[in-house]
Parts: sequence; structure tokens; C-alpha cells
Amino acid sequence: MNALLEVRGLKTYFFAESGVVKAADGVSFAIDRGRTLALVGESGCGKSVTALSILRLVEPPGRIVAGEILFEGRDLASIPEKELRCVRGDRIAMIFQEPMASLNPVYTVEGQIVEAIRVHRRVSRRAARSRAIDLLKRVGIPAAENRADEYPHRFSGGMLQRVMIAMALACEPAVLIADEPTTALDGTTQAQILDLLKELQEESGMAILLITHNLALVAEAAHEIAVMYAGKIVERSSVRELFEHPLHPYTHGLLGSIPRLGAPKGRTLPAITGTVPDPARYPAGCRFHPRCPAKEARCAVDEPLLEEARPDHTVGCLLVEGGVSPMEARG
Amino acid sequence: MTAERPPILDVRDLRVHFPVREGFLGRPNGWVKAVDGISFAIRRGETLGLVGESGCGKTTAGRAILRLIKPTGGTVTFDGADLAALGRGKLRETRRKMQIVFQDPYGSLNPRMRVRDIVEEGLIVHRLGAAAVRRATVLEALASVGLAATALDRYPHEFSGGQRQRIAIARALALSPTFLVCDEPVSALDVSIQAQILNLLTEMREKHGLTYLFIAHDLAVVEHVSDRVAVMYLGRIVEEAPAGELYRRPLHPYTRALLSTVPAIGGPPRERNHLSGEAGSPLDPPSGCRFHPRCPIVRDICRTVEPRELNLDGHRVSCHAVEEESAR
Repeated sequence: MNALLEVRGLKTYFFAESGVVKAADGVSFAIDRGRTLALVGESGCGKSVTALSILRLVEPPGRIVAGEILFEGRDLASIPEKELRCVRGDRIAMIFQEPMASLNPVYTVEGQIVEAIRVHRRVSRRAARSRAIDLLKRVGIPAAENRADEYPHRFSGGMLQRVMIAMALACEPAVLIADEPTTALDGTTQAQILDLLKELQEESGMAILLITHNLALVAEAAHEIAVMYAGKIVERSSVRELFEHPLHPYTHGLLGSIPRLGAPKGRTLPAITGTVPDPARYPAGCRFHPRCPAKEARCAVDEPLLEEARPDHTVGCLLVEGGVSPMEARG
Repeated sequence: MTAERPPILDVRDLRVHFPVREGFLGRPNGWVKAVDGISFAIRRGETLGLVGESGCGKTTAGRAILRLIKPTGGTVTFDGADLAALGRGKLRETRRKMQIVFQDPYGSLNPRMRVRDIVEEGLIVHRLGAAAVRRATVLEALASVGLAATALDRYPHEFSGGQRQRIAIARALALSPTFLVCDEPVSALDVSIQAQILNLLTEMREKHGLTYLFIAHDLAVVEHVSDRVAVMYLGRIVEEAPAGELYRRPLHPYTRALLSTVPAIGGPPRERNHLSGEAGSPLDPPSGCRFHPRCPIVRDICRTVEPRELNLDGHRVSCHAVEEESAR
């Protein structure tokens, strides 16, 4: 079966005065209907740029320099802007981290959803309005009829994110891109929003691309996971497989450095040393090697490719052998 | 053991109310009760974690303790001295021993100052040592947080978030404090950097015998660093207990709900104990128990009568349901 959305060899570079910033540098993945793929990584790894590239929302000096974005028989990377506009917000919708910054403060919430509907659908204002209220009810805004006439500043962060989701769902998208949808929210609200997305997915069968830095979040919210580091995907598998058999030393490090509830009270967390490399000056060879506890001489020379090391589990590390992580081999 | 050590910080019935005015000079027509009567003590060398969701008053509490915000009521006793009763000079001297590390390493460092000046500023303000001594102290502080002397003449923007937080910690440590308020010190940082900073804070505590008030919303982070944990909701502490006890046996329904929302990694998804609705407003907190509109086990009494605080062998909790249970 063909994937609903497939990204192949995406390269998005920023041509800055100080040099070329290779934000996304050969990213490939696919999402099926009804599935959630989480793109996980630290700030600056290129995950948001990848998300923005799918809808060609990258602004100059950034540019997609290579790759295909295959969706419903078209390559979004190369179709004319006019054609893309029919996809954007309609077949593929997006929600962002800061709902307050993504809504227009001088329009009512309903007005903004109505606009989102009428851009893509030829419906009367009245029909759009009743659809907007249905959507607000669906995403759990209490007293939706009354609150629809209010302005964004009257809503809390969690409620605004619900409004954003309602707006994204306005045209029943096939794919929802959620860029850190709960990062700005509190724990209890985070859980509510994630459960809402899951419910909506079960109802409509939409695919979700979840962009996040929070590995813990992924454990419950996604089916598949792709870990990004320095512009590249370094490991990809189902969530369960990844948590049970992390192969890449970076994934190992990420998993190890999260404090967990109820963990034995060890005094020191196994932190990853050093910092993320400057995207204008990636190290040669494996980009993680300067921080890697398992590195060997060849890691500074040869660039690893993504290879299937275990069933449905690919990893880009020279030191993975026989499906065993170098971190385990070290003991 | 810990029980015999005297508290270095004793907070009693601390209140911070902000006036809400109509217009610029109008009379206040309401009060935001950001912190509304909280009490706790921290013993020397101990870390108290203060958790709660945004708007619960935890940050305001931290600042009021340092008198960065003037409390409306209550007392803060540090090292045996009531901070409100200290004169200016004495307060300044005491304040040197109480430092703070803020959440946002981008906003808390002056972008126009070099690292050496940022770290030295506190020493100058407190008139500690001659120039040469100060310079040595700055270097030492930077070295202790893992920054080389090459950092001295650089500006904050040249550093990553994690490194900036190291600078902020060095700034605090330069004054040889005994007590440190850490206000969400890692929540703006990436996961791998979070662990580095948490380890650094733990190391510094051990090395300098520091006492921490660790404010955060991330329960797992708080559990990792804290000896005891207090849970805040709408300006009040609803539960406080030794960290292990609180996480193993949470009593307050709010604490239970908070814990159930922490995603489980690897294991099976936890059954979420969903809270309906949102935290009320500190401008007009709900009557009775402030948590009652969201509480899954609310009873009639909760709507009208404020629960009193129970102390069950060092596990403090304010909840009618728990009180009924323990009376049986």
C-alpha cells in the first residue's frame, strides 16, 4: 500500500550570510492513514523546518533545494503555488506551538474558523458559522455557542489550542501537522489535548505528524517515531520497538537523560555531554560523533546511512551490528 | 536525622495579593490572591520541590520569599531572622545568602553585558572583595559550572540555552549563597541539556552544602531532585510530603490527577485521571475547597467549607475526603 504522505530526501537549506545552514539535510519518512508519526529531536535539529517544508511555508533565505513530498499523487515540492494553496489548510492542516500567536487577536474565534472554512469551501456564511460552532463543540469548548463570539484573549492557552485544532479540522484534512502542540501547556491540559487528537484521529482516520522535543509525550501519543539529529533522521521504528530496543547512541542518551517517575533515586542522570552542533558547521562523518560515548575512529570519517538493523527498525550508526546497539555492546 | 536539623527557611502563612485596578490610578476593585497563605519549612541541605500548574502562584511564592515582591502578609524567617523586620543594610547582607536562578536563560542575562560583568555584578553590589579578588571569584564560579575562562569576554547571545543557564548559576554561586531558589531552571532547555543542568545543580548542592527551593511544573524532574515536595493549587499548598511518599501514596485528588498525566515511558499507558475544566481564577477562587469544581470525588461539604490541614506523620494534606477516611 502506498503511504498517504511520503517525504523523500528532503533538503531545506538556509542561505545566510555566514554560510549555508542545512536545517533539513536528506530527510525521508512516510505516514499512513490513521497513524501518528512523531518527529523527535532537540531544538535546532530541523524538525520544525521539515514540517514547514511539507507545506512549503519556509521563508527566504530558506529554500527546499532537493527532495520530493508525495501526497495524493502529487509532489508538493514542485507543484505551482496556486495548486498548493488548495492543499494547504484543506487536505493538510497545521497547528503550532503558540496558539496565542497563531490567532488574530482582533477577530472573534468564530470569525477565524468561518474564514478558514470559506477559503476552501463554497458555503454560505451561515452554514460556515454553524459548522464552526459544531467544531468548537467537538473539540470540547464549553458553552461553544456563547464563546464563539469572543476574542482570543478571553481564552486560556489550553482552550486556544482547542480552537486551533477546531480550525485545522475545519476542512477535514487527511493529514494534520502538529508542531509542538502541547509544549506551551500545563501537564493536565497537555493530556487533554493529546487525548482529543487521538479521538479525532480514530473518528476521521487522519494521519498526524507530531513534531516534538518531548520523548515522554511520544510514548503515548504516537505509533511510529523518527529521531532527528543535526538535520538528519538517525533512527526510525515503532514507538514500542524504539523504547525497548533503542539502537542509536543518541536515542540511548535521550531516553537515559529523562528523569522518570518512580525511578530509583540515582543521584546523577546519564546526560549527553556537549551540545548540539552548529547547523552551519556539522562535524564530518557521523554528526553525533563528538558527543558519542561509543565513538570509534571511523565515525569521524564515514557518514552512516539509514539501514534496517532489526525488522521495521532503521538506524544510521556505523557501530550497530547484528541489531545490537554499540551502547549495549559496551555494557 | 534530617528532623533534628533546624530549618534554614521558615515560611508562615505567606500571602501575596495583587490589586486589580480599573484604569491607571483607580482604586483597587479586586485582588488577585496569587499566594494565599502558604507555610513550609526547609532544613539546611534539603531540597523542597514546589510543583503546580501555571498560575498556581509558585513563582510568586519564590519571589516573595526573596522579597523580590513584597509579601502582603505572613512571615519569612531565614537563618533565624525575620526578613520583614530587617533594616536595609541587614537585609542586603542576608540577601547575599539567598540567590535565585530563573527559568529563562535568554531573558535573565543582560544581553549588553559581558559574562565577566554579569557574574561580577553581584560581588560589586554586595561590596565583596577588591577587584583582583572579585576577578578570581568570577573565574572560580565559572569553572565550577564547567565554563572556561574564554567565556569571560563573550556576550550571552554567543552561548546556547544550557550554557546560559550555567552562567546564571555561576552568577548565583559567586556570592557563596546558602539558599538557592531555582525557578523552573530546566524547563526552557532541551532534554539532553536538562540532565546536564540537573546534575550540575545536584553537584553544587553537595559541594557547597546548599539548600534549594526547586520550583517546577515537571513532576518527574521535581521527584528527581527533591527530598520533599509541596503541591500548589490556586495559591494554596494542598499537599506536602517526603518525595518518595508523595509519589507512592498521593492523597490529594489534585496530586493524583497531576501524577496520572505524566506519560509513562516504555510501560503501558497509564489510565489518565482526567481533570475536567481548568484551574479557577485567583481573582475569584472557588468557595470551600478551591479544587472542588474539578474534583472527581467532590462532596457537598467541599463546596462550602474550606478543608483544614491534616498532618499524617509528616504528610500534610488539605482534603475533606482524606479527613473522613483517616477519621474512620
